[in-house]
Amino acid sequence: MSELDAAEGSWTLRVRRWVDRVLPMDNLLPHRQPYYVGSWVYVFGVITIAALAWVVVSGVVLSFMGPQWWHASSLGRFFNSLHFWSVQLFFIFMVLHLWGQYFMAGWRDGRAATWMIGVVIFGTSILTAFTGYLSQQNFDSQFIAINAKDAMNAGGIGAFFNVLNFGQMYGLHVMLLPIGVTFLVVVHIVMVRARGVVKPIGREGGSPS
Amino acid sequence: MDTPAQYFDWSFIHISYPNLLVIGLMLVLFAVALVAPFPHGGDGDV
Amino acid sequence: MKAKAHITQEEYYRGVRMRPYDLVKELAYALAGFGVLALVLAAVLSSPDVPPVTIAGWAQSDPVDFVTTATSELQGSTISAGYGNPYNTNGDGQSWGPIAPVKWFGTRIPVDSANSFVLQPLKTASFGNAELGTALSQWDSANGDQQTAWLKAYSDALGKATVTDGKVSVADGQYGPLPVMMNNLLGIAQAGGLDGLLTVSGRFYQTDYTQALLFMGDGGYLSGLAHDANLTGSQWGMMNETGSYPGQTWLWLYTAWYQVFPFTSNDGILGLNAGNADLGIVILMTALTVALALVPLIPVLRDIPRWVPIHRLIWKEYYSAKKRST
Repeated sequence: MSELDAAEGSWTLRVRRWVDRVLPMDNLLPHRQPYYVGSWVYVFGVITIAALAWVVVSGVVLSFMGPQWWHASSLGRFFNSLHFWSVQLFFIFMVLHLWGQYFMAGWRDGRAATWMIGVVIFGTSILTAFTGYLSQQNFDSQFIAINAKDAMNAGGIGAFFNVLNFGQMYGLHVMLLPIGVTFLVVVHIVMVRARGVVKPIGREGGSPS
Repeated sequence: MDTPAQYFDWSFIHISYPNLLVIGLMLVLFAVALVAPFPHGGDGDV
Repeated sequence: MKAKAHITQEEYYRGVRMRPYDLVKELAYALAGFGVLALVLAAVLSSPDVPPVTIAGWAQSDPVDFVTTATSELQGSTISAGYGNPYNTNGDGQSWGPIAPVKWFGTRIPVDSANSFVLQPLKTASFGNAELGTALSQWDSANGDQQTAWLKAYSDALGKATVTDGKVSVADGQYGPLPVMMNNLLGIAQAGGLDGLLTVSGRFYQTDYTQALLFMGDGGYLSGLAHDANLTGSQWGMMNETGSYPGQTWLWLYTAWYQVFPFTSNDGILGLNAGNADLGIVILMTALTVALALVPLIPVLRDIPRWVPIHRLIWKEYYSAKKRST
C-alpha cells in the first residue's frame, strides 16, 4: 500500500476536506460580495463586532488593574467610562442588526441556525451585562443585586446564581461569560461566511420563508 | 451628568429622557441606514 | 420546514452579479470609527458611579429606620426573615399553581436574620462591655412570650421615637434589655463596625456580600434612595441608571410587565398577580425569548418581513434592476 493510500483513512485529512468543503478560504475572506449587498443596514453587524472588541479590551484593562482602580483613579474612571459607553453602543448596534436581519428575513435558505445563534448571543450578552452591572461595586450594583435576587430566587436559580455574591458575579463576568459570547460570535460569523449573504426576498432564489 | 434624569410620562409609560434619546437615536439611525446611498467599490462583475 | 441539502456558495450565487467588497477594510474602519466614538463619549460624558451605601451611612442618616429594622429582625417580620428558600424555610416563596422553582433546591444560602444581623454582632461586641453582656444574658434567658412582649412594646414606641446626638430615644415603657441592645448595635453600626462584621462574617478573605445586602434591603433607607433615583421595580427601574445616563434600555420589555396587569393587581388572572410577579414574568420572558429564537419556524412572525416593505428599501437597487429587466 502506498503512503497516499494509507493516508485516506486519516481523520486529519477528513477534517481538512470537510473544512475545505464547508468553509473554503474564498468564502471565509472573499474580496467580493453579491451586488445586492448595497445598504448601510449591512454594516450594523460588523459595527457590533467592533463594539465587542472595544468592550473586551477596555474590560481586560479594568480587570488587570482590579476593582478599586476604576473608582479611585481618574485613568481608571476613564476606562470605566470607555467600557460603559462601549457596552451601550454594543447593544444599540446589536439591536439595529437584529431589526435589519428580521426585516430581511435573514433566516431563509438554510440560515435558521444562524438566526437562532444570534438570539442566543443576544441573551448571553444580556446576562454578561447583568453580571457586569452587579460587579461595579457602587450604589447601582447594590440595588440591582437586592432587587434582582427576587427574580433569580423565584426562577429557582437563586440557590446557585447568587447576585449578592460579588466574587461569583465578577468571576462570571470577566471569565466565563466573555468566553461564551466570543465563542458564539465566532460560530455566528463562520456560519454567515459559510453560507454567504442571503438573497433578497422575492422570485430570484429568495424562498418565501 | 450626575444630576437625576427627567422623566417622560404617558399612560403607564415612565421613561427617562436619556433612555428615550437612545431609543429615538436608534430609530433615526435605522431609518437613515435604509435610505442613505451606499458607496460601491465598482460596478460590473468581478 | 425541511432542511435544505447543503449547497455551495458557488451554486447559491450562480447567475448573481458580484462586485468588489473589502471586508477586512470594513472591519478596520468599524474598529477605528467605533473607537473614536467610544473614546469621545467616555472623555466628555464620563460614567455613572454613585458610591455605595454603607450600614454606617444608613445608621448615621436614619437611626430610627436602622433600629426599627433591627427590631423587626428579632421579631422575624422583615423581608429576609420571612423570605423562605434559598435563605430559610420561614416562607413559601412564589408559586404559580404547582410550579414553585424556589423550592426545588432547598436552603442553599442559609441566613438566620435575627442571629446574623443582630444577636451575633452584639455578642462579638460585648467583649469588654459589661452593660451589653448583661443585657444579652437577660435577653437569652427570657422565654419566647416575654421576648415577644418586649419587642411589640418597643416596636410600637419606635413609631414615635426621637433622635438626640445620633441616638434613638423612645417614651418610657417595658422594653427589657432592648434599648441597651439596640443603642449598642446602633453605635457599632455608626462606627462602621457592622459593615465589617456582616461582610467578614468570621472569615478574613471573602467576597460575598449576602448578609450585608440582605440586612440593608430589609430597611427603608436604601430603598428610599433607590426610589429617588427611579430604580425600583414599579418605576421601570430595571432599565434606569443613576444620574442622567442611559440605563439598560434592552431590558424594556422585561420591566414593562411589572407595570401592567396582571402583575400590578392583587387578584390578577389565571393565578398570575402581583404576589408572584417575579415568577410569572421569568416564565413569560423565557417563553418570549424562545419564541424569538424560533421565529424562522413560527408562521405569521416569519412572514411579517415579506408583508412589511422595509426590505424593499434595503434592496431597492436589486428590485429596480429586476423591474427594468422584466
